[in-house]
Amino acid sequence: MKAVLSSADISRAITRISHEIIEKNRGSEDIVLLGIPTRGIHLAERIGSEIGVIVGQSIPVGTLDITLHRDDLRSKPPRALTPTKIPSGGIDGKRIVLVDDVLYSGRTIRAALDALGEIGRPALVQLAVLVDRGHRELPIRADYVGKNLPTSHEEIVKVSIHEVDGEDQVQIAGSHE
Amino acid sequence: MSDVVTPVLKRHLLSIDDLTREQAILILDTADELARISDAPIKKLPTLRGRTVVNLFYEDSTRTRISFEAAAKRLSADVINFSAKGSSVSKGESLKDTALTLQAMGADAVILRHSASGAAHRLAEWTKGSVINAGDGTHEHPTQALLDAFTIRKHLNKNPEQNGGVGADLTGVNVAIVGDILHSRVARSNVLLLSRLGAKVTLVAPPTLLPVGVSDWPVSISYDFNNAIGECDVVMMLRLQLERMKSAFFPSAREYSRLFGLDMERLAKGKKSPLILHPGPINRGLEISAECADSADSLILEQVTNGVSIRMAVLYLLLGGADA
Repeated sequence: MKAVLSSADISRAITRISHEIIEKNRGSEDIVLLGIPTRGIHLAERIGSEIGVIVGQSIPVGTLDITLHRDDLRSKPPRALTPTKIPSGGIDGKRIVLVDDVLYSGRTIRAALDALGEIGRPALVQLAVLVDRGHRELPIRADYVGKNLPTSHEEIVKVSIHEVDGEDQVQIAGSHE
Repeated sequence: MSDVVTPVLKRHLLSIDDLTREQAILILDTADELARISDAPIKKLPTLRGRTVVNLFYEDSTRTRISFEAAAKRLSADVINFSAKGSSVSKGESLKDTALTLQAMGADAVILRHSASGAAHRLAEWTKGSVINAGDGTHEHPTQALLDAFTIRKHLNKNPEQNGGVGADLTGVNVAIVGDILHSRVARSNVLLLSRLGAKVTLVAPPTLLPVGVSDWPVSISYDFNNAIGECDVVMMLRLQLERMKSAFFPSAREYSRLFGLDMERLAKGKKSPLILHPGPINRGLEISAECADSADSLILEQVTNGVSIRMAVLYLLLGGADA
């Protein structure tokens, strides 16, 4: 296991992403952050509160469970569902920012886009991830990236988030360990 | 990323006995999540696309069959409806041959309603797919019990902080099940499930309508409804199954109704203004007065709504993953 992002690196990345979201959207109007379980939920909450501090008003943060839209359901036993919480304003006409920990094949995000389509019709959808490790299998890219991390397929990227794992850290485990 | 469900269900759902407490709570929690989809503008999920579900109904049914059909369709499964009337059953085809035929057509799950107790167990030995018991004789009706438990849990956890009771069981809830216990598969499944979830169950019925061996069940028994209703949080009324009654179990319908029927006067004796459940169909004026059935405490129609969510949860948990 090699640490690639420390706790301080992660909080700097979240601050930067928060600023970038405001910059790209020219403010925080109509922005809704949706975290993808499990760790994306907490990242979305952190970004949400940072943006709240920067612009001086809180912005809606929710969660989006994608389990029922996955394309690999048939390869594993059934997965437990986690709650989908859409902020009271809904998502119609809003600027949605999906938040996840790692962007890899892009299949999770495809499922998230399908899940969103069932709930409503946003004005636009953007994607923020803490780590982009490459190896896309679908034409999907992130708008906001904490760190680009070139990896091989054999390597494992492990994101730890304080709310879930007790500490903030990103580690990478090599193929020969 | 969500993790794989830990208390994985068995391949079939034949009896509440197949479920541990954790698995039962998993079904209720999954249903709670799926219920939100039923409120969404687009009530359709791709989850079971390409799966085939057969509704194999040897007995008449309105809500169970339609409920399973709606649940399967909302998950994008293909549904084949089979009723014994108008099929080769009238030419003498046996359950086994019918089941093998359905399997040859590629059914991933068979939902069976049959008048013989134990029919679903037999069917499970013959087919490769999942079997879901939708009522077998006077034995069990597990999805009805699950939807009743779901309805109770939701209503006793109205506080938004409790999130509809997700993750919770029914510890400390007093439930009276009233009426024709003898012929009721709903009662059997409910006794098993509610007591497994920690509820205290009281059966209220004339002695003639209690089954042999009821003293071994995890319940208390009362012959006096007025007395039993006092401490109840929930009263579950059962339909008098006149079609299964081959001898006289009580002197007259009027007397039964007076002693064991639910009316507003009797309901007022309940100290906690109990919730009213009934699996349907209702005999209005016999086991329950029309006034009670339509009152604000009556959850009879909500049970129907919740039935779809519960059946979606069961179908997802049995068919949503890899083939066993």
